[in-house]
Amino acid sequence: MTDVAGTPILEAPEAIGAGDQHMVLNMGPQHPSTHGVLRLVLEIDGEIVVRLYPEIGYLHTGIEKTCEAKFYQQVVPLTDRIDYLSPMANNLCYCLAVERLLALDIPEKAQWIRVLLSELTRLNSHLVWLGTHAMDIGALTVFLYTFREREDILRLFEAVSGQRMMTSYFRIGGLSMEPPLDFFDRVQAFIDTFPEKIDEYENLLTGNPIFRNRLKNVGYLSAADAVALGVTGPNMRGSGVDFDLRRDMPYSSYEKFQFQVPVSTDGDCWARYLVRLVEMRESVKIVQQALDGMPEGPITADAPKIVLPDREKMKTQMEALIHHFKIVTEGFAVPAGEVYQGIESPRGQMGYYVVSDGTAKPYRVHMRNPSFANLQALETMCKGRMLADVVAVVGSIDIVLGEIDR
Amino acid sequence: MAETTKIAFTGKAAVLEGLPEHPAVKAVLAWNPEALADAKFDCGELTLTIAAGQIRAAAATVQAAGYNFFEDLTAVDWFPSSPRFQLSYHILSHTLKEHIRLRVLLDAASPSVESIIPVWPSANYYEREVFDLFGITFDGHPNLRRILMPDDWQGHPLRKDYPVEGYR
Repeated sequence: MTDVAGTPILEAPEAIGAGDQHMVLNMGPQHPSTHGVLRLVLEIDGEIVVRLYPEIGYLHTGIEKTCEAKFYQQVVPLTDRIDYLSPMANNLCYCLAVERLLALDIPEKAQWIRVLLSELTRLNSHLVWLGTHAMDIGALTVFLYTFREREDILRLFEAVSGQRMMTSYFRIGGLSMEPPLDFFDRVQAFIDTFPEKIDEYENLLTGNPIFRNRLKNVGYLSAADAVALGVTGPNMRGSGVDFDLRRDMPYSSYEKFQFQVPVSTDGDCWARYLVRLVEMRESVKIVQQALDGMPEGPITADAPKIVLPDREKMKTQMEALIHHFKIVTEGFAVPAGEVYQGIESPRGQMGYYVVSDGTAKPYRVHMRNPSFANLQALETMCKGRMLADVVAVVGSIDIVLGEIDR
Repeated sequence: MAETTKIAFTGKAAVLEGLPEHPAVKAVLAWNPEALADAKFDCGELTLTIAAGQIRAAAATVQAAGYNFFEDLTAVDWFPSSPRFQLSYHILSHTLKEHIRLRVLLDAASPSVESIIPVWPSANYYEREVFDLFGITFDGHPNLRRILMPDDWQGHPLRKDYPVEGYR
């Protein structure tokens, strides 16, 4: 084993000759504005941040290792727990990766419901981001408003999957069950009123001079830095890089939907705020298109050896019972190979790398989570700026620690 | 997508014959045909196996060929077969709208490879993660410390000879 050095920043002031001028400040891991258990070690000169060092790993649970001991279908509930604010995005990415290895064709209706729920997940995630971000800056009211709408989305998730947060609704080969009869009407009722709610948030925040001054020209990230540091999603688009996997490398029939990808060239916290607000409005449009054009048909692929049979069939047909028994006890073998599937999660580009050795358990599952890479840009954004801005920047890059530590 | 997933080329010769115009294949061949140890095209993804000592130069080559965004780095432990470790670099092109995978194979005894941080600074956390969980070292990494596990942890959890429930 390589020898372990201390946290480098703690030894720094003497090393760079700054002597007593610089102070080391520890922020977290239990600081409310770090959105989880993130520890930031800051070297400050007065109130100016000289260096910043994120210390992560407090939530590491070894999910990648656990995946190797599970059947393919048993990994789906683990993916929920990675990012508890956008479970559907994780489910979708994992299922798409395994389906590519299996060369399964997913029925159109299942693909459209996946798109619909992915966009609701994006709204859910952005609502939590907006509420907590505004709360960090001092605008406490917005938090109560966004969580009111988030509750509506969680009720929709509960209606469709039986679970509010850990949905596990997408399965390899399709969906776990048909949505309830009034589900689409309930989604319609929600998105009919939702754009007004976004106006409400904007009335509280966009014109608010205190909020604006806390975000404008704070946490600047150039387009070149964003690409070099691996930043993706709204953070990258807020810096002027016009790339969105939903539009540029469509998956799950996103190519059939019309939507705009908001881009801003300002690169500051304010730009990231505006990009996410426009994204929420665009998500509503995608959900509307999905509701209007929802195709008819089955919700699972025609693959009896992979998809669990219908409950009624299982009770009445011998074949279905055998398949059910086989899938549950032995899993299903996936052809050997490796696949990398990327999707646009609410926080940026998410990627699942699945390696199969031809057995019923994945040989290796790796998650490329957007927050992990986005966190690398934190120092670039905060260096040379005021200490109080660090809180605004951490809020604006929208990290989820469960996803970083896995 | 169903169409592209059915096309497959296995082996360097088949890829060179099947995809001679692929920008990444062309760039790597123009730079150093010797460094390309193997290649395959499967599930719509191109995989180029690069000789272990050449990964930094290969990364710079594909970057110049338009693959501008480093997305992911991870490893696979093929214990007990040899070579034991496989490093997979996933690289995305914003203009070509395509992923490629660069693959490096490493032996079990003191696995080590050049860091690609000079090419893509975003590899920083990913190389630390691979070091932490697999024990593969990256030469030239400015701060190669454990990132997810505690600093005083013994062993590398994602190796296949490390039990799922840890040593008891």
